[in-house]
Amino acid sequence: MVSWQAQRVSFSYLDGLVLNNINLSIEAGEMVGLLGPNGSGKTTLIKLASGVLKPNQGEIELDGSSLRQLSRKSIARSVAVVPQQFNIPFAFTAAEIVMLGRTPFLRAFVEGNEIDKQFVANAFELVSISKLKERRFDELSGGERQKVVLAMALAQQPKLLLLDEPTLHLDITHQVEILELVRRLNVERGLTVMAAIHDLNLAALYFDRLILLKDGRVSADGSPAQVLTEDRIKEVFSASVRVEPHPVTGVPHIVIMPKGSAFQVETNGQD
Amino acid sequence: MLTRLRRSNRLIFILLLLSGVLVIALLLASVFGVVTVPLPDMLKMVLNKVAVFDFLPTWRAVDETIIFLIRLPRVIGSALVGAALATAGVLFQGLLRNPMADPYIIGTSAGAALGATIAMMIPINLAFLGFGLVPVAAFLGALTTVILVYNLARVGGKTPIISMLLAGFVVSALLSAVMAFMMSMSGRFGLDLRSIYSFLMGHISVTSWGQIAIIAPLVVGGIIAAQFFAFRLNAFSLGEEGAAYLGINIERDKILVLALGSLLTAAAVSISGLIGFVGLVVPHAVRLRLGPDHRLLLPASALAGAAFLVIADLLARIVLVPAEIPVGIITAIIGAPFFIYLLRHARREYAF
Repeated sequence: MVSWQAQRVSFSYLDGLVLNNINLSIEAGEMVGLLGPNGSGKTTLIKLASGVLKPNQGEIELDGSSLRQLSRKSIARSVAVVPQQFNIPFAFTAAEIVMLGRTPFLRAFVEGNEIDKQFVANAFELVSISKLKERRFDELSGGERQKVVLAMALAQQPKLLLLDEPTLHLDITHQVEILELVRRLNVERGLTVMAAIHDLNLAALYFDRLILLKDGRVSADGSPAQVLTEDRIKEVFSASVRVEPHPVTGVPHIVIMPKGSAFQVETNGQD
Repeated sequence: MLTRLRRSNRLIFILLLLSGVLVIALLLASVFGVVTVPLPDMLKMVLNKVAVFDFLPTWRAVDETIIFLIRLPRVIGSALVGAALATAGVLFQGLLRNPMADPYIIGTSAGAALGATIAMMIPINLAFLGFGLVPVAAFLGALTTVILVYNLARVGGKTPIISMLLAGFVVSALLSAVMAFMMSMSGRFGLDLRSIYSFLMGHISVTSWGQIAIIAPLVVGGIIAAQFFAFRLNAFSLGEEGAAYLGINIERDKILVLALGSLLTAAAVSISGLIGFVGLVVPHAVRLRLGPDHRLLLPASALAGAAFLVIADLLARIVLVPAEIPVGIITAIIGAPFFIYLLRHARREYAF
């Protein structure tokens, strides 16, 4: 269990400000979704959260200690990241990739002991992909690959799991499987989760708390019902939507309203 | 438990096998040459020399001189050069995640060549720890160039790999142009073109045990040190950011791996000139056969590289006796078809 905090965090790349004075606090055991249009700073916030980027101003703290003070290795022992995509040039097997998750615990010349092997095997079982072990990573489908990367992150024994658009490019089966699994880890094991996610409906279904970013600032922070309102979505995404309760769970369900003359839209009396 | 046993057994088995191949290569290369010394004689001489035994000589005194003063230093030198280049190739390919990476990719070759060329212009006969001016200048030229390239590529505390590759390319081009200019003006500079060509095409030039005494610790130490980076290089396969997520201090490890690879390359180049192909093909061939795990790839490539270059240098000496072919030509002639064969038949191809 680990808590995470950003205090007055600003970050800019060479060509402009990306995050502007972000204040956020995530308690241990929360499952938080980061929403926002492309370029709103979601990926940057994930990178800052993991410490691979350092804020220009402000502090990011993990359980009360500043990430600046912690070594990469000690951060990696409690924070794991599933990035959008890995491009791996060499023909590693899935088992070899998942073993890479043990890197923060390895020492030179030691091949990985029984404990490491056990964590790798557990990670494969958690993600239900044990049959992929000896398959080559580059020959797997996008969804299988994402599961292997998730297993690698879990082999790291993280207390905080950061995911950057984990369902991007995946079919609906894999989208649901990945999010169900992350949710289960959150509920059953208390894994703290922060995920950038672009699909508002999936976000509403699987996350307790949503943080909506716009132009590098926090525009809304709260439960799906509080954050995903028609007006706010219109303001942040410039998209015309209708929000209805999900027929089964009751969380907000976003219905996209097509615009433009190509569609004949039945507006049910509204204009 | 079983898988672990199987895995470590595989590693030990493969390394023993390759060590055996290297020993056979070393014996062959010691026996054959302009003068063939029968294997029993050769072994007896060596055993006499290390004072383990006291066999009566069944050989000519001149054979003993040839073996100890010329052939053995050269054979051992070629093993060291092969091991160093193959290890440096693995280090650079793993760090740069680039299939075209070889020990020379970030400018070591151009720097060494220019250094050697400048040294050839200096008519003074200096010696330093048993080395002439040319190897020392080649060594320093290679290292200076890498330091230059690294600093050119460094922006705001970071050295992106792509900047390093580009800086290496540009600096190499510049240094090569300077060298081409000097070669085209060879008369005016008092340069002997033949010795420059010999350096550029590669030629194992170990002239004394003193040189081995300097190069061997550098190379062996470098290969052992490389093993410390094996699991970190595996993490680098995920890219710099992915490696950082796994707890790798990427800027620190990048400079260490770079320094290590460059040191190995510079040590090799100082006694061999620019032998191509070993540092490119051996790591690829080993990876295609054994997989990309650097914990096996690094030591296996070192042994395979050593055996390969020992055999290549043997062929360079005996194919056109008494003439000698530059060993770089042999490595390319054997290496290229062998590599094409592997590419066509490999079980584990690439995903570039």
